[in-house]
Amino acid sequence: MSTKDTFDSLRETGRIGGFGGLYVPEVLMPALTRLEREAKRLLGTDSFRNELNDVLTSWVGRPTPLTRLGRLSQEWGGDVWLKREDLAHTGAHKINNGVGQALLAREMGASRVIAETGAGQHGVAAAAACARIGLECTVYMGAVDIERQAPNVERMRLLGTTVVAVESGDRTLRAAINEAMRAWVADPESTYYLLGSAVGPHPYPWLVREIQSVIGREARAQFETLNGRLPDAILACVGGGSNAIGLFHPFLDDVEVELIGVEAGGRGSGVGENAATIVRGSPGVLHGSYSYMLQDDDGQVFETHSVSAGLDYPGVGPEHAFLAESGRASYVEATDADALTALDELARSEGILAALESAHALAGAKVYLENHPGAVVLIGLSGRGDKDIDILRGLDR
Amino acid sequence: MRGHELLAQSLRDSAPSVVPYLTAGYPDMATFVGHLERLRSVSPAVEVGIPFSDPMADGATIQDSSQQALAGGATLRGILEALGGFESDTPLIAMTYLNPLLAFGLDEVMAALAGVGVASLVIPDLPYEESTEVGEAASRYSVGLVQLVTPLTDGARLETLCSRSQGFVYAVTMTGTTGGAVADTTSVAAYLDKVRSYASVPVLAGFGIRDAQQVRRLAEHCDGVIVGSAIVEKISRGEDPVEFVEGLKA
Repeated sequence: MSTKDTFDSLRETGRIGGFGGLYVPEVLMPALTRLEREAKRLLGTDSFRNELNDVLTSWVGRPTPLTRLGRLSQEWGGDVWLKREDLAHTGAHKINNGVGQALLAREMGASRVIAETGAGQHGVAAAAACARIGLECTVYMGAVDIERQAPNVERMRLLGTTVVAVESGDRTLRAAINEAMRAWVADPESTYYLLGSAVGPHPYPWLVREIQSVIGREARAQFETLNGRLPDAILACVGGGSNAIGLFHPFLDDVEVELIGVEAGGRGSGVGENAATIVRGSPGVLHGSYSYMLQDDDGQVFETHSVSAGLDYPGVGPEHAFLAESGRASYVEATDADALTALDELARSEGILAALESAHALAGAKVYLENHPGAVVLIGLSGRGDKDIDILRGLDR
Repeated sequence: MRGHELLAQSLRDSAPSVVPYLTAGYPDMATFVGHLERLRSVSPAVEVGIPFSDPMADGATIQDSSQQALAGGATLRGILEALGGFESDTPLIAMTYLNPLLAFGLDEVMAALAGVGVASLVIPDLPYEESTEVGEAASRYSVGLVQLVTPLTDGARLETLCSRSQGFVYAVTMTGTTGGAVADTTSVAAYLDKVRSYASVPVLAGFGIRDAQQVRRLAEHCDGVIVGSAIVEKISRGEDPVEFVEGLKA
């Protein structure tokens, strides 16, 4: 089977390798069946594609630039490039998916949109897209995350979205997804669930990848135009993994390009100290799909930690599980401290303040260049760091 | 007769049945075992919830009871041990999410469940399309796999699910999580009549059922009800679940 056939299987069957699937309460089956049918139909029509491309260009600000880092390349001993999703409207790659799915929701006649958010970037993206398209929006956010990502909470409110504080479970992204799913279960017919990452039941992992692949398509064309070649390695942070899969996917057939996902190593290797799902987890079913997850021997989900709210999640998208198992991509971890160091180095040498999530990819690239001096690397800078200023100020460092 | 066939028989014989639900290990293992022992003596079957850390189909009440049970050290292995100590012919229905079953090993867990008197298994995050492997493992140990249906399940699908369900059909009375708002009984009645017309096993209504009046009204349109959150609420307040269940039958 060619790579393309394998990846089409995610679209056709909801499975890639053994991963993926559709593990949800029966009450959601009609909604998911309809979403699969409508998403395939609409993404296959020129008029929908054209409208999406137009919004991505005129409102999101795509294509986002590719930036070569002169000083950091010297410091780290390589040729370092960034794909600048931090320059997309609302400050992260999440807006691509926000717009794409909000348009789908409108076409499907949804009366309201719900979304979960961790760092708040997906929440802001959903809020902005719904405001632009004229849909009512409610965002579920863990109480812990509301505390640590306060600027994004205010942004969502200013954009006319209702933010619901989730006090159950671990009060972070995982609890927010549980709560959004419950809200969806209560009203699956007129509510559209705008899932923010390449996780969850079929068709979301395919749908989110399909929309976010604009990142990798642009990056591949830009890189080739500027350099007449492709990078040696591409690195991206992985929580659920939407930015990473969007960047990786168009490079899958370029087997000479190494693909490296960087997970949250947190404070260390202990249980509850990190969110390195592929590095430290095992296969299981969480939030609707079979993938890697952080769990104990009884199949109960571990609590996680990361300085980055967007990576603080015990699951990962099924396509990443497949890429890891097939060996096409490798997955490493960067600790909180490594990410913060890389964030500082980028800020001081290049004038770019990265999101804490994206800083993990930077830290991974730094390690990669230590092992591959002089290599050409492309890093997915998934978002900007303005939202993290309170955390960065509060850290004892 | 296989376990789930005996369960179906028991539910039919005692129709309209009131099947109580208990979260295993809540509020602690000893209290749970005590409640289960007494409920088994007054019920045609008892549903036992095996707690999971991320119960997406459950409302706040069962979610909280699951968290407390897990925090108190409840594990699937420990629950199986507790259930193994019983002498009772009253069949058990086990309810759990898929992941704890996968972690235990499908064959191992089905053998163990069958060994402690579990006749049928309800897995709320396992839709029919994904259930082949689990269903085969369950079948090897004569454990029935129950299908859930909802008011949104369309005709053709309803027919399939009803014909495949083993032990009983779990007819969810509303869209929403367990313990939610009480359903509108007129539309629920029509829906249950339709489910019953497709089902060859008994139909139990569940989700949002909490008083004797509801039980009486629903009884004409199904073979019984499952009462969960309302019982767990009683237990959380230290009240006697057996008395409450007896009251529902009045």
